[in-house]
Amino acid sequence: MAGVVTRGFKGRRDPSAPKLPPGQYLTRDFPVLSAGPTPEIPLDQWRFTITDETGGRHAWRWQELLDLPSEQPTLDIHCVTKWSKLGTRWEGVSLDTLLSSVGTSATHALVHSYGGYSTNLPLADLRDGKAWIAYRYEGEDIPGEHGGPARLLVPHLYFWKSAKWVCGIELRAEDTPGFWETMGYNNYGDPWREQRYTGD
Amino acid sequence: MAAQPMHWLPAKAEDFREETATTRTIVFDASGWSGHLAGQHVDVRLTAEDGYQAERSYSIASPPDGQRVELTVQRVRDGEVSPYLVGEMRAGDEVELRGPVGGWFVWRPEESGPVLLIAGGSGIVPLMAMVRQRARVGSPTAFALLYSVRSPDEVFYAEELSRLSGQGDGLNVSLLYTRSAPEGTSRPVGRIGPDDVMGVNLPPRSDVRAYVCGPTAFVEAVAGLLVAQGYDQSAIRTERFGPTGG
Repeated sequence: MAGVVTRGFKGRRDPSAPKLPPGQYLTRDFPVLSAGPTPEIPLDQWRFTITDETGGRHAWRWQELLDLPSEQPTLDIHCVTKWSKLGTRWEGVSLDTLLSSVGTSATHALVHSYGGYSTNLPLADLRDGKAWIAYRYEGEDIPGEHGGPARLLVPHLYFWKSAKWVCGIELRAEDTPGFWETMGYNNYGDPWREQRYTGD
Repeated sequence: MAAQPMHWLPAKAEDFREETATTRTIVFDASGWSGHLAGQHVDVRLTAEDGYQAERSYSIASPPDGQRVELTVQRVRDGEVSPYLVGEMRAGDEVELRGPVGGWFVWRPEESGPVLLIAGGSGIVPLMAMVRQRARVGSPTAFALLYSVRSPDEVFYAEELSRLSGQGDGLNVSLLYTRSAPEGTSRPVGRIGPDDVMGVNLPPRSDVRAYVCGPTAFVEAVAGLLVAQGYDQSAIRTERFGPTGG
């Protein structure tokens, strides 16, 4: 659709602005997007469970998660609704640590959350230092509306893949679309290739 | 199974309606628009003369109506795009649209259960699309709208809401003023509370669905209120506006 020019629109360009994925703009706020109410999750009932493709279950209680070696990644995050936020600081456990005790030949992961949300991604996208179960944000407990007590972080994909209120990961031999992935959003969601919607 | 990607469509501004001092509705003619569901949103792309582009996502305010797409945009202080859309754009000016987007925060007329709509401020926009769609198709579905605003001069769509709710066909509209109310308003000024929700007389039956849209703190509070009153978590759909720098 070359040729459309929006008369009178100048835009605010900042030559010093860092490079963002296509179609994104920078925000300093931390907008919230959720499909439903923020679930109440008492920490003494909190569990995180990895289920392998044979049905084997590997579960962590809250204190067991905190006792694992943690990392403090500083991450750029990109929301499919077009905002990006740079340099966010988190603390949590690498999925490499959690998966190290899980023998699996699965190729896909379906991530589940308290409240019923789910999202899917290739298992490889959770490995090699690319993903965390995070429980602190900017030095504080993660607020409920931002996914606390614990959320997945997979910052190289659009942020809806970083499931809030995470409760488990199902390892699967096939790909199974999650919540937004059946609602018109892209199955993979690479912001640098602008894979926002189905068909992108 | 790979669906076709959605294309950017040129859309021409045809008409404008002032909603408040900082907000206006823009009526676009988008040739090739495939239609949408009430509650969906759309990506908007603006291109400056030198090729610089900016994109934002906005809720659609209008029900499906051919190539017509209406957006209601509130000026964001220090925003890059909204000051142009609210203050500069003139009839005949063009943007591009890509959509519709979103399959969750939508209302379809064939869903017959009663509907509770709760809006905070500019969160009214996607809910208005649902109210208009109900009127457009003559749906008998009971709708109750609770619309929280600071003051009377911040109400969007005031005349239309008054007209539609005055028809006595099952649409109930309650304005909840949080800072100042018109003279004669019986409800004390203040934030939405349990009494406001109970007052709409849509008890948490299994077929009631609630749509809540507004700023994050508002949506958090209202969704919590609904859960506490016994509405099923899965019957509450939310959409939240952070201040998104737009």
